[in-house]
Amino acid sequence: MTSLTVKGNRGARFVPSALTIAARTLRKFVRTPQLIVFSAVNAIGFLVVFRYVFGGAVSLGNLSYVDFMIPGFVTAMVLFQGLGSAAGVAEDVEHGFFDRLRSLPISRGAIIAGRTLADTLLVVWALVLTTAMGFLVGFRLHTSVLSALAAFGLCVLYAFAFEWVFVAVGLFAGNAQAAQGMTLIVMPLTFVSSAYVPVSTMPSWLRGFADNQPITVMVNAVRSLTDGAVVQPLLHHDAAYFVWASLVWVAIIIAISAPLAVIRFSRQ
Amino acid sequence: MSIPDMEPIVEARGLTKRYGKVQALAGLDLIARHGRVLAVLGPNGAGKTTFMRTVATLIRPDSGSLHVAGVDVARHAARVRQVIGLAGQYAAVEEAMTGRENLEMIGRLYGLPAREARKAASIVLEQLGLGDDAGRLVRTYSGGMRRKLDLGASLVGSPRLLLLDEPTTGLDPRSRNELWASIRTLVASGTDVVLTTQYLDEVDHLASDIIIIDHGKSIAAGTPGELKTRAGRDVIEVRPRDPSMLSQIADALTVLDTGPHVDTVSNQITIAVDDGSTRLVDAARILEHRGLEVEGLSLRRPTLDEVFLSLTGKPITTTERPTRKGTKGRAQ
Repeated sequence: MTSLTVKGNRGARFVPSALTIAARTLRKFVRTPQLIVFSAVNAIGFLVVFRYVFGGAVSLGNLSYVDFMIPGFVTAMVLFQGLGSAAGVAEDVEHGFFDRLRSLPISRGAIIAGRTLADTLLVVWALVLTTAMGFLVGFRLHTSVLSALAAFGLCVLYAFAFEWVFVAVGLFAGNAQAAQGMTLIVMPLTFVSSAYVPVSTMPSWLRGFADNQPITVMVNAVRSLTDGAVVQPLLHHDAAYFVWASLVWVAIIIAISAPLAVIRFSRQ
Repeated sequence: MSIPDMEPIVEARGLTKRYGKVQALAGLDLIARHGRVLAVLGPNGAGKTTFMRTVATLIRPDSGSLHVAGVDVARHAARVRQVIGLAGQYAAVEEAMTGRENLEMIGRLYGLPAREARKAASIVLEQLGLGDDAGRLVRTYSGGMRRKLDLGASLVGSPRLLLLDEPTTGLDPRSRNELWASIRTLVASGTDVVLTTQYLDEVDHLASDIIIIDHGKSIAAGTPGELKTRAGRDVIEVRPRDPSMLSQIADALTVLDTGPHVDTVSNQITIAVDDGSTRLVDAARILEHRGLEVEGLSLRRPTLDEVFLSLTGKPITTTERPTRKGTKGRAQ
């Protein structure tokens, strides 16, 4: 410490700051029953509709629809759960909470890291719940527990990647309503994918998009890891291909959205 | 701590900041002295908030220099953040946490160990009169309590310089008075304060120095007394004994200065004049000569409203304080 240093608080280091900020978001979630109930009801509603309303209309040869759909449903949940974090981040901008944090003697990267960490944990929580619900409505694993765990791990990784997108959207939107509007992009990404129905049932002009967009690749990776050989006739590649392809997507998404979020956050 | 007391706590030279077509700061010069409370006064869009955000290291100016407690903000923003506390227009507190949890969180972020953060939170909560409500979720707080807690959040790190951006905008009179009392206590204990406001009564209650900015530039600075002497004209007030004589008296006094202001509600005539004492004697002579009876004839210095009006050519916004209209022009 030089003699010129002004007396003041040195501020918390990176990891403690990030954890403190993450704890706040988690507390907020736990203490806001509306958030918990709404997201749960939402998930259950969707699940019931797909499993019991649409399910009867889809026939997939040897594979039951519930076994086909649950891996897609769980993977897509990553995006639906992430919507909330875009709105949450936008609210923090709008209400000056981030301004307060940015005026503190802590790393600005730690603020974003803390928020992302907490939101990713919330997605993990949603993943656990939807997986459990999937088993409840009749999903059965066709592979080993180990490969199911790998599939779950992939979903967590997707969650982390998309979290950066949602944080960036929230920062750019600046208010919760705009953030919600911008996140409508989630709809085409999830529905025009292999998450709920095989892409082969779509018209050719949609198939081009559906086959090549990240959600389809990610869903197929999770699907081949949990449904194994039964699902292979519906997919054009093996599990290894989809896992690697989805990892490449994860890298691309983080490489684009994380710098955007950090730059947007650091200076205005 | 090696800052001489004479060094300004904030010193801005030629600050500029442009947002697209809007020149938010256009070469702002400003000095906030240690041990004084500086009020940055200006109409909406004058650049007050931009300036405060610049001092709080939230935005980078396009050009100019800015020092806080002698530290160059452009080069050592991180060090500036160690000595400032910011409370804004919004109550930036977490609703789903208690008052105490909010302050402890900020304390931890300032780098205090858990026990010290708890202690600092308790002290601040007591100081702001929030002790009894510390364990309640902020969700259940009133607007005034939230604003106090927001102020508290900027205090747990015991900052040298407190930045208050329109601290009482939108608050009811009682909460405002309480917040003012809290701020005065802080000032008495040695915290330097720079605040922005649109309310002149806030300036009267808190500030020892004023800077008026408009279009991103300083247009006048000094103590309230200096500003009144320099920028304003003295005001002669006449109150007729018989209200029906108002316009007749006003006509008779037109010679003093063009355009006496007649207020039929308060039954009073006000005339802005240069060289007040000479003019007061003139007024008395005219009234006596014409045999016009008055209940009161007095000379006063201009109010800050009048100073502001004469400097900026527009009244300071009072959108949320309609009651001020009725009191305008009345003797202090």
